[in-house]
Amino acid sequence: MQAVGKIRSINGPVIHVEDCRDFKMHDQVFAGELRLIGEVIGIEDDTAIVQVYEDTLGMKVGEEVVSAQRPMSVLLAPGIIGGIFDGIERPLKVIENQSGSFIDRGLQVDLLDKSKKWSVQILAKKGDSVSPGAIIAQTPETPGVMHKIMIPPGVFGTISEIAQSGDYTIDEVIAKVETEKGIVDIKLAQQWPIRIPRPHRGRVNVKRPLITGQRVIDTFFPLAKGGTAAIPGGFGTGKTMTQHQLAKWSDADIIVYIGCGERGNEMTQVLEEFTSLVDPKSGNSLMDRTVLIANTSNMPVAAREASIYTGITLAEYYRDMGYHVAMMADSTSRWAEALREISGRLEEMPAEEGFPAYLPSSLSAFYERAGYVKNNNETEGSITIIGAVSPQGGDFSEPVTQNTKRFVRAFFALDRQLAYRRHYPAINWLTSYSEYVGELSLWYEENIDERFMEYRARLLALLQEEAKLNEIVKLIGSDVLPDDQKLVLDIARVVRTGFLQQNAYHQTDTYVPLKKQFLMMDVIIYLYEKAKTVVAKNIPISQIAKTGIYEDVIAIKYNIDNDSIDKIEEYKQKIDNVLNEILASNEVVMR
Amino acid sequence: MNIEYLGLKSISGSLVVLDAIEDATFSEMVQIKTESGDVRDGKIIQLAKNYTVVQVFEGTQGLSKTNTSTRLLGRPMELGVSKEMLGRVFDGVGRPIDGLGRVFAEEYLDVNGKPMNPVSREYPRDYIQTGISSIDGLTTLIRGQKLPIFSGNGLPHNELAMQIAQQAKIKDADGGNFAIVFCAMGVPNDVASYFRRGFEESGVLERVVMFLNLANDPVGERIITPRCALTAAEYLAFRHDMHVLVILTDMTSYAEALREISSSQNEIPSRKGYPGYLYSDLASIYERAGMLKSAKGSVTQIPILTMPNDDITHPIPDLTGYITEGQIVLERSLYQTGIYPPVSILPSLSRLMKDGIGEGYTRDDHPDTANQLFASYSRVQEVRSLASVIGEDELSDTDKCYLEFGSAFEKEFISQGREENRDIEKTLNLGWEILKILPRKELSRIDTKILAKYYPVGSEG
Ligand SMILES: Nc1ncnc2c1ncn2[C@@H]1O[C@H](COP(=O)(O)OP(=O)(O)OP(=O)(O)O)[C@@H](O)[C@H]1O
Ligand SMILES: [Mg+2]
Repeated sequence: MQAVGKIRSINGPVIHVEDCRDFKMHDQVFAGELRLIGEVIGIEDDTAIVQVYEDTLGMKVGEEVVSAQRPMSVLLAPGIIGGIFDGIERPLKVIENQSGSFIDRGLQVDLLDKSKKWSVQILAKKGDSVSPGAIIAQTPETPGVMHKIMIPPGVFGTISEIAQSGDYTIDEVIAKVETEKGIVDIKLAQQWPIRIPRPHRGRVNVKRPLITGQRVIDTFFPLAKGGTAAIPGGFGTGKTMTQHQLAKWSDADIIVYIGCGERGNEMTQVLEEFTSLVDPKSGNSLMDRTVLIANTSNMPVAAREASIYTGITLAEYYRDMGYHVAMMADSTSRWAEALREISGRLEEMPAEEGFPAYLPSSLSAFYERAGYVKNNNETEGSITIIGAVSPQGGDFSEPVTQNTKRFVRAFFALDRQLAYRRHYPAINWLTSYSEYVGELSLWYEENIDERFMEYRARLLALLQEEAKLNEIVKLIGSDVLPDDQKLVLDIARVVRTGFLQQNAYHQTDTYVPLKKQFLMMDVIIYLYEKAKTVVAKNIPISQIAKTGIYEDVIAIKYNIDNDSIDKIEEYKQKIDNVLNEILASNEVVMR
Repeated sequence: MNIEYLGLKSISGSLVVLDAIEDATFSEMVQIKTESGDVRDGKIIQLAKNYTVVQVFEGTQGLSKTNTSTRLLGRPMELGVSKEMLGRVFDGVGRPIDGLGRVFAEEYLDVNGKPMNPVSREYPRDYIQTGISSIDGLTTLIRGQKLPIFSGNGLPHNELAMQIAQQAKIKDADGGNFAIVFCAMGVPNDVASYFRRGFEESGVLERVVMFLNLANDPVGERIITPRCALTAAEYLAFRHDMHVLVILTDMTSYAEALREISSSQNEIPSRKGYPGYLYSDLASIYERAGMLKSAKGSVTQIPILTMPNDDITHPIPDLTGYITEGQIVLERSLYQTGIYPPVSILPSLSRLMKDGIGEGYTRDDHPDTANQLFASYSRVQEVRSLASVIGEDELSDTDKCYLEFGSAFEKEFISQGREENRDIEKTLNLGWEILKILPRKELSRIDTKILAKYYPVGSEG
């Protein structure tokens, strides 16, 4: 039986299909003569509403729409990592082979390579009883990623047949499982609907940080593995740079990077850069742990809506294997706008700023798919979601920022004024926050230093004091402040320029290990304490600035390599020397 | 397809509704003949079993429900392209208006283009020397980049764009293989002739293709104009390996046209009445800049927009900034103090410059020098506001240096003659001269080796 309908009307990417009683909600369809891919997004009486993932140009009323009779799904199998796909998992390299440098419509492409043979090592044996998630085989997908072949969700039974270790394509049957409902063939490939979260056994509390090597994040606003974060900011404030930095340097096993309605050149850049960059931990190319989903701003808007779900489903699949996955979505605002555009075409009643009333529930359902979980196969895995938000006019009170804020637990607020001053990353230390500090404190204290969180709190307090003092300075200048308050301003400047500012383009500074982050704080606090003793003696504070010691401490980030961080300790000696000299010379004067 | 369909069901704004038309396809072009016999172009924007909605580019004025006939053209909006277009002037939908007859088309291309595949793009790295210090030094333009000018009414954005077009120079042998596509949307006639004259005077007219939709031309056509221009640009760049600079002015008029059409279709507006798809629509224009691995040419875009009320958070500059690869912002207060070009450095940015400057591209010190100039100039702003509170005399010596640096930077570095063409060497040297007003220890953004090379100890100014 085939479920076929006829196009009744066409309005941009939205088409109405009639005479299609067998269409089901969220089924994938092929629309029109070109068999454009679409999805059923509404059913009214005997009319189905379909969003089409390609340009509907040239389509006619009366053309056929055929249902695939299964929900809009992704194909899950080896061959994903290292690839670049569009919003519905079509490989862009294969599309290029078929249609050249510009993307044509109606291309029929395999989502994953069906001819490639993978070297599969079989782990299970005949007679094993298996349940969903059970790992029965594995194959090295890239030099860095061992791809686990799992029993798909819903399959319980006993292995009645199993292949030998050897080379297989993703469509070859490697095992048969006898279930209550009959024999199920197990291949390297399985499918999963993009809008339904893949099952797991349950959530586990977050307990480990996602280490990013970015000081302002790791130290001040740490992110947990399995956590959620938003990066809101006006244009040019550094959302994409921050996401790229996290994709490059964070200690996740797998990176899913979604370019959702953003620039084509940025995806090209990631592809080029990640292929040539080497992961310092594994020695492999960064692309060997990364999958890119690129639905750029000029690609069809409906596929932009789907790209987020495609990405998160891929992430869940690797989580199920026991991996820690970090997913970047740049930008969730473009996704929300895609929702708005489709909703407008459906003439739904808009809520705020034209966004549909279901924007908050869609956002929360998306972020809920993050988490640190116990998988069905007893492994633990996590998905961390980092979503960029592009508020109109840079105004954080707009609906997407506000609703996102309700569902994420870390908030890295990018500040246009900081960006103008070229203070990068332009994460505002007064308005950003992380709710993971409490849960992660223990980890930092046990693994880095027991004073870590105390130092963090002290530096944050210092920056807050600076902000208050700046209000006064704006009115009357800094000259009238007493020296102990001037010292706060000086040290706060050292924290801002020497610690918070981090140059993504600098070879050493682009990634900083946690231990170095701690030692840098340690030196700054040492400098502060020692300088206080100078101030206490009523020695003019300008004498400290003149020695250039502040600049020396600020330059630690450039001058101390990440593999010679024990040299940082020498700065304390230097501070002693410089400040003792001031103390001594002033004693002479006083005598 | 020569069947004519007589009569309209209804007319509203720029839209007409017809009965169902057999064989009509979505987005296809139609021709509408009015009572008096003149012919207008339109496009099908909605198709249903029992009606067809057509947007009429030249507007619906004078159309009647009964005596209007409609003919399907069986194709999307297309532009006939050929190398002969160079030196020619077209209206907003690609009809020649220079009296030189029609252009023999080598092929017909859908003006909407197709999205470039990200894997086929070549990441842009080669810089274009514009001879303007504030751009070359601080917001370097890269071949294949989209770098808009954010301006305001009465500011010299046209002069600046003209100066860039006249002085633009690319470094290698491709120098001779460049072209300019000029696209006017809703601009007054004298602006169009200003550009025409400028191209003429600098002797490049035969390398320019002009598409003009002037202020009194139909609003519906305005939506097509940039698409025609970019179709021509892509053709020259990717079929004929040319380096094409596209000047699009004024994007504000374009967006307003889009708003007008959207509201006549009763669409739900988002901010300030602009349609929710303004971002996607603008992206479908701006994303057509770039380079391809498979071709030698490039499409570089300089869109110009006038910020309503000088407000950078207005949806038009805002959504533009979210798509383009940086922006050059002009500032009224600088212009009022006699500075040309009045480029406001701090909000200006070129995102692609980092990969196209420095050793092997411009000069080894360029990244650091630019960085330092930005940082020091932002300090100037702080010092100035402090000075306005406590008085200049009360400032510390260092802060006084900053004031001096600030005014030299504006008067000597940013400001330059309308015909002054500075090469990159000159721009960077000038930057150093001005940086030397500051004590050496203030130059914390500059690598010690670079500092020693360009500002040796003891050479403090
Ligand atoms: N950590 C950093 N180090 C150095 N430069 C940075 C850093 N962060 C941002 N920048 C600078 O800011 C520019 C803009 O950053 P980015 O492209 O990430 O902005 P964005 O917030 O993604 O903007 P949009 O919303 O328009 O995409 C970069 O091109 C770079 O010059
Ligand atoms: Mg970005």
